[in-house]
Amino acid sequence: MTPMPVLATLRGLLKLTWLEIKIFVREPMGLIGNVVIPVGIFVVLGRAVGSRLGDLTSGFATQMRVGLPVFGAIFIAINTVLSLVAIIAIYREGGILKRLRATPLSPITILVAHVLVKLIFTAVTVTVMVLVGRRYYPAGTDVPVVSFTFAMLLSTWSILSLGFIIASLVRTARFAPPLGSLVLYSMLPFCGLFRPIDTFPDGMQIVARALPLTPAVSLLSGIWQGNPWSAHLGDVAALVVVFAVCTLIASRVFRWE
Amino acid sequence: MSGAPVFRVSGIRKTYGDTIAVDEVSFEVPGGQIFGLIGPNGAGKTTTMECVEGLRKPDRGRIEVFGLDPIKSAHALQRRIGVQLQEAQLQKRIKVWEAIDLWASLFDATVDAEGVLDQLGLSDKRNAWFMTLSGGQKQRLFIALALINDPELVFLDELTTGLDPQARHTIWDLVRDIPARGKTVFLTTHLMEEAERLCDHVAIIDHGRIIDHDTPAELVARHCPQRSVIVSTTHPEAASHFDMLASVDTVTRVDDQLTIRGHGADLVTETIHCLSEHGMRVTAFRTEEPTLEDVFLTLTGRSVRE
Repeated sequence: MTPMPVLATLRGLLKLTWLEIKIFVREPMGLIGNVVIPVGIFVVLGRAVGSRLGDLTSGFATQMRVGLPVFGAIFIAINTVLSLVAIIAIYREGGILKRLRATPLSPITILVAHVLVKLIFTAVTVTVMVLVGRRYYPAGTDVPVVSFTFAMLLSTWSILSLGFIIASLVRTARFAPPLGSLVLYSMLPFCGLFRPIDTFPDGMQIVARALPLTPAVSLLSGIWQGNPWSAHLGDVAALVVVFAVCTLIASRVFRWE
Repeated sequence: MSGAPVFRVSGIRKTYGDTIAVDEVSFEVPGGQIFGLIGPNGAGKTTTMECVEGLRKPDRGRIEVFGLDPIKSAHALQRRIGVQLQEAQLQKRIKVWEAIDLWASLFDATVDAEGVLDQLGLSDKRNAWFMTLSGGQKQRLFIALALINDPELVFLDELTTGLDPQARHTIWDLVRDIPARGKTVFLTTHLMEEAERLCDHVAIIDHGRIIDHDTPAELVARHCPQRSVIVSTTHPEAASHFDMLASVDTVTRVDDQLTIRGHGADLVTETIHCLSEHGMRVTAFRTEEPTLEDVFLTLTGRSVRE
């Protein structure tokens, strides 16, 4: 297949991305679910425990200082992926994917546009969360916001590729989000978010370390605590591997109609 | 423009699991006309069309569009073809002008977008969300998208399915204008009336095979040469007079109504001549021409609607 010229592809990508952003904003539920709710939960939890952190024992305070933001970040990432799964399923069921595919837009361009939209809204959510959170949550004042946002985007980007596999396996738009939730949320207890992976039994540790959420949690916690990126090269590599493997599988099983 | 085929399908076959969707289908379409692939639902129309569009790869056989392979030369062909897909949708909340604008941005050369909207009667809907459009408006938007790159070949798949008669007639008027601009139209339909009104040539497909193809008039003449004249008269000798006519096969009488069945272009003239010759008083007179519907029935033994 002769490729579309680079400039035209870029123009199509930007146009479609901008269009999908506008369409996303027009759907109130999408905006509420992806931006308002995560920020709201963060603020409520932050107000409830944030001001009392100083009085608490150090172990729990650390848990709250690091665990809560990372949990928030993972929650946003999962939401983002679920929203991608839903939109791909709806677009496929409605024949929209097929319609777009029968244009000079390459299939990759169409999917990349959706990933971009999701990453942009993830960045918006994280930024709003940090800005709002600063007022209620003392731990937020000295965190490396830019680095954390970048770690967040990297994690989301990696897990999005898992979303494409889920979107391919589900036949109907109605079952895509529940199955996505099941897959993603069932990883939560095992990815080191609530309990360090070292404390799991040996067999469980292997499973936990293989989960795509695990390097994301490790990276986010480390960056939030001020670790340099060089301390998390393994996590970054793992996220890239997750992306590569999932994308390879998705490209084999992805269905346009 | 006409003469050399715009596209040629040779012996294509496509199966989905155990189901043979299309089997040994071959036909070619000359330029500047409306070509219809007609048949009942599930006959293989859309599969065939999507193979020509380059959206599907046939298991076997060859397709050439402007002399090019639709899959290998997909990008080169996309600039020259316009596609409307069966039962396609757009994003619910995309505005009409945004869809046109997106499509226009994908091609180097496009027609005037406002002009197309105007011509398709969508100007006052340019800011409307896709989900708020009626069925007819959606289909007109899809025609607009198919025409935006000024294509030489336009694909229309079941364009008027599900539309009310008025919307259908509006769409037909629009489609009829397309070849006037030197373009070729390839359409599929299960509506024989639509094929008769629009198509210069049709191919009839059933169970994945092409049964016959020609102009609608030729197909009717070939497979359903018999036509009927129905007259109402109280004349006692009417039936025997009509029976004597050269082109008449049978005459049946129900009360005062006689149905005269026969062959050839002269049947009506002969009947009228006979009426005046014998001074018969006629209270009603009409002719019944066979249609593609009858051709399909004759060829398959089934109605296309079954």
